This record gives sequence, structure tokens and C-alpha cells, in this order.
Amino acid sequence: MNIIRFDNIHKTYEMGTQQVKALNGVNVSFAKGSFWAIMGPSGSGKSTMMNILGCLDRPTSGQYFLEDQDVSLLNDDSLSDIRLKYVGFIFQSFNLIPQLTVQRNIELPLYYLGLDAEESRKQAKEMALKVGLGDRLNHRPSELSGGQMQRVAIARALAGEPHIILADEPTGNLDSSTGEQIMDLLAELNSEGKTIIMITHEPNIAAYAKNRLHMKDGFIDSIEEN
Amino acid sequence: MKQSRFIRNIWLGIENLLLHKLRSFLTMLGVVFGVGSVVAMLAVGEGASKEALNQIQKLGSNNIIVSSIKSIEEESSSTQHSHMSIYGLTYLDHERISEGFKNIRKVAPAKLIRKESRLGSNTLELRIVGTTQEWFELVPRQILAGRVYNKKEDLESSAVTVLTEYGARKLLATRNTIGQTIKIGGDYFEVIGIIKSESGQAGNIQIPDQQIDAYIPLSTVRQYYGDIFSKRTAGSRTRELVELHQIIVQVDKTENVVQTAAGIERMLQSFHEKKDYEVNVPLALLKQAEATKRTFNIVLGSIASISLLVGGIGIMNIMLASVTERTREIGIRRAIGAKRKQIIIQFLIETVVLSTLGGIVGLALGIAIPCIITYFAKMPTVITVESILLPFFISVGVGIVFGLYPAASAAKVDPIVALRHE
Ligand SMILES: Nc1ncnc2c1ncn2[C@@H]1O[C@H](COP(=O)(O)OP(=O)(O)OP(=O)(O)O)[C@@H](O)[C@H]1O
Ligand SMILES: [Mg+2]
Repeated sequence: MNIIRFDNIHKTYEMGTQQVKALNGVNVSFAKGSFWAIMGPSGSGKSTMMNILGCLDRPTSGQYFLEDQDVSLLNDDSLSDIRLKYVGFIFQSFNLIPQLTVQRNIELPLYYLGLDAEESRKQAKEMALKVGLGDRLNHRPSELSGGQMQRVAIARALAGEPHIILADEPTGNLDSSTGEQIMDLLAELNSEGKTIIMITHEPNIAAYAKNRLHMKDGFIDSIEEN
Repeated sequence: MKQSRFIRNIWLGIENLLLHKLRSFLTMLGVVFGVGSVVAMLAVGEGASKEALNQIQKLGSNNIIVSSIKSIEEESSSTQHSHMSIYGLTYLDHERISEGFKNIRKVAPAKLIRKESRLGSNTLELRIVGTTQEWFELVPRQILAGRVYNKKEDLESSAVTVLTEYGARKLLATRNTIGQTIKIGGDYFEVIGIIKSESGQAGNIQIPDQQIDAYIPLSTVRQYYGDIFSKRTAGSRTRELVELHQIIVQVDKTENVVQTAAGIERMLQSFHEKKDYEVNVPLALLKQAEATKRTFNIVLGSIASISLLVGGIGIMNIMLASVTERTREIGIRRAIGAKRKQIIIQFLIETVVLSTLGGIVGLALGIAIPCIITYFAKMPTVITVESILLPFFISVGVGIVFGLYPAASAAKVDPIVALRHE
């Protein structure tokens, strides 16, 4: 069963009089529980595709089905809801909120989901333990290493129990051994049933994914599906 | 459940503000001083107007006060050598007023004189009012010792006197002085009572108890001292003939006060060639005082709005800077799934918490200042419930009004752009 289906997705950026065609008719489906690596040269449209996948952005044309629901025409509030319930983001630059503790960062999605304080604290602690940071709950991001920060980001992405994890170069700011540890964690999450879609430039990182998709100039260049 | 989430949001806001303690404090100051000055000014204003109302009420709200004044022509000719000024209210005026109006309940005439007086070994010049027994009913004052004189003593020109608290103090008279003899001018009087001094003054009407030392029956004053009062000033000698200095009139009902006063004015006008009298109505002053208070409140309100406006702009300025500074945070929250509305609420709560906290501190300041003023300057101040609640709610309102724009601009941030923001 496909959790995600892109049907002729176009994304055009208007730059004054100039038009940048970031996505040029993308047709693709991702099965539930699959693990994808999206690869391709810089500027090929990977991040653009990821933003649309994560409902941070809307396609200029085409249809996007998420869990069989057409989300291409939803309004801002509904897209926020989908991000909150279905999607967990992991970024290259971690994107933790610096003034909040690890605990509070992980609690964020739970806060927006409306959980009470007691319940959020409990779940956030659980997630921190899962990513191996049970002893860092009261630290601020600035007191953590890059690998630890990315673990916090993963814990935060998982806290709302989304079906899909979207990761844009999650190991881009990490050394190779730390990167591998993060990939082990993602592989483990995939084995637990999460659908993971990850952008990467590094073949050895892409090797963790079961499927690979190559982009070029806003098109899908090739697909390796297992 | 819903309420606990609201309280949690407020705590989150406070936590965020505490991250920048100095900045939050400085931002708050505008509202602190705005609210503080409003509360303090309202307290001072309220105190002043309450004092004015008190004074007016001491004059009696059903009373009309008719006073003698020196007409302008008299004023200029009185500098002439050995000229005698004749002006003011007459005994006949008193009679006409007493008998001419059906709405008048009581009338008390008053004559002011100054006489060298002696009690025991103290010799002083006393200011004395010659009046009838009605005075004590029209301008009621607490009797501290003894009694006031009665109608019989009044009619019989008895040699009795009632001291005011003020006069008693000057003469070192006490409770034991009652029954003793005081020499006023060349005549002897029995001290029969001491009454409390209260200064009733409002606008240009006054019953200055504080400047009166003693009361003597009017008929006694007429009989003993006559109507001519002479005074030596800078070598020249001026003489005045004033029969009555004041006539106090009590009207039966408050509704009839203004109309009766107009009637008295008309009557006096027909008998006096010159305008050497004045008719005053404390009730009218009461209304005037209320109008003045309204004006005062409008002026205060404007000053307050300006200072709160400045405070609000200060908050808005800092919050706009804060939104820019926290663009990335906003992007992160939006990516996680926060709706625009929730971002607005987050920032709005911070501004409202800031302005409300400023309001509370300002309130404390605004209550402390009048207390200090009352303590040191002995000026009456009154803090009313409204003068506390109004600025408080306004400060909450300031937070909402001046927080809306920064909050809205925070919500407008495009999450994709914000996430790339450094
Ligand atoms: N907000 C935008 N406005 C205008 N053009 C944009 C915008 N975002 C992306 N583009 C353009 O769209 C194209 C695809 O960009 P995208 O970020 O998806 O590339 P990418 O594959 O993620 O590249 P990289 O590997 O460098 O991250 C690029 O040409 C880029 O300049
Ligand atoms: Mg990219």
C-alpha cells in the first residue's frame, strides 16, 4: 500500500520575470514502511520535493495523495495539522530551539497535539531514552555535540508518533562515524515500521536505505526499488 | 483542562521573558510609569475633588449664602481721607428675605467685628460673629463643651458668648472656662460654650470658622458696638458702615434652592443701587465641582493615554525585534505543526504578560506615590476601586493592541524561509 503518491507534481518559483522550475512533473509512489534515499546534484529539486512531501509547501500543479487523502489543495491550518500528526522532520542543521532544554524541545509536538504537561513529560523522557539521551534532558542544545543534537531532533520528530520521517541530509553536519550511528538509529526506526525518506549526497549513507531515487533538473532520473 | 492549558501558556510566556530579564524589565518600564502615573494622578485628583465636595457640603447643600461685598466704586473711593464706606446687606434685607419667600425655612444674619478681648491674663484681638441662634442650626457644628445660646438670650441681648475651638485655643480656654467671664472691648460676657471649628470654603463662598474666634447674639453686638467699624491703616483712618456681612438662608427642598436664590438676587437688586452683595449657592458649586472633576478626568485620561501609548509602542518595538530574532524558532514550530493562530497566541501572551506585569508594578507604584504625598505634603488622596481596575485593564489592553502586529508578523513568517534563517 502506498503512503505517498505524487501525480504530475510541478513546482515553479517566480523570481520577478524569471521562472525557476524546481519540479517538472514528478510521478512517484512510496510504500508504507519503505526507506528511501533521494539523491541528485545540487539544485535538482530534492529539498523542494521534500518540502512538498512534508506539507511545508504546496505544489504549483499536480496532485499529492498522503494516506489516500488529496492534500495538494488544503489550507494552511489543515497542512499544519498534517505536519503535526503524520510527519516528523529531521534537518541537516538540527533546528532545535536554543533556549529550550532537550526535554522541552522533544515536548514541542506534544504541546501542539494538546497533551497535558504530565503526559508530555513522560513521553518526551521515553523518546530521549530511545535515542540514548536519557541523561541529557535538562541540557540546552548548545551543551550537546552534533550527534547528540541530531538525536534530540530525531526524538522530537518521533514524539508525535508520525507515520513518516523526512530527513534532509541528516548526516550532512556530522563526521562519518557519528553519521553512521544516526543512520543505525534511522534504520532501526524503519524496522519498527516508520516510512523514512531521506536526502543525501553520500553513497555510503544512501546505502542504508532500501530504495534510492535520483533527481535531475526537477525530474526523476532513475529509481532503484527493492 | 482548557483553563490549565491557558495557565501553562502564560507560564511558557513568562519563561521566555525571563530568558531576557533586563530587556523584559526595560520594556515593561513604559507601562510601569504609565500606569503608575495614572493611578497616582487619579488618587490626587480624587482626593482634591473629595475635599472640595466636603467643603461644599459643610456649607450645606440646601443653603444659600448672601454676602456683602464692596462695590467697585466704593473700593476706589475708600482710599480717600476720612471717607466712610457704606455698603452691603442691611437689617431690612434680612427681614425682607425672612418674610418674602415661602420656600425659605430659616435665615441667619451675621455681622463680623474685631475686638480686643481678655480672658484671665490673655489679651488678644478676637474675630467675632454677631448672629442669631439660627446660625447654629444652619451651619451645625459639634458642641465640644457647654451649649450655644438660645432664642431668649438672642432677643434679650444677653452678654453671652460661644467660643470656637480655634478661639478657645488662642485664649487658652478649656472646658473649665465655661461660666467664666471674658472681656470683649469694654464689656463683660459669660462664656457658655465651645464649638468645633471647621473651615467650610468652596469657590468664593466661605464660612471661615478657622478665622472666627467667638459668637455673640446679634442684638447684643448691635447694642454694644454699633454698626460703624473704623480701622487705622498707614496713618489714614478708614471707616466702614456695614450692617450685615452675611445672611445664610436655608431652603426647604434642594429642588427649590436655585430658584429661591434667583428670587433673592432679584429682590436685592431692586433695593440696592449698587451691586454690593453676592448670592452664592453651594449646590451650584457642587455641580460646578463635579463638572471640574469631569474635565480633570478627561485631561488626566489624555495624559494617561499618551504615556500608555508610549509604553505600548515600546513593547511593540521590542516584540518586533524579538520576532526577527526568533524567526528560526517560528519556522521550527511551524514545521512541527504549529498553526498560525498558535504562533499569534504565543507572542500575544508574551506581550500581554509583559504589559500586565508592568501594570501590576505600576499599580504598586501608583498606590505608593499618593501615600507618600499624603504623608509628607498632608494632601488628601483617595484611591478608588475604579482608579485601580481601569489602568489595570488598560494595561492588559495595551498588551493586546500593541502585541497584535508583532504577533501577526510572526505568524506570517514562511516556515521554509524561516528554517533557512540564520
Ligand atoms: N524559495 C525559492 N525561490 C526561488 N527559487 C528557489 C527557491 N527554493 C529553491 N529554488 C530553486 O529551485 C531549485 C531546486 O532547489 P532545491 O533546494 O530543491 O535543490 P536541492 O536539490 O535541494 O539542492 P541542494 O542539494 O543544494 O540542497 C534550485 O534551482 C533553487 O535555486
Ligand atoms: Mg537541498
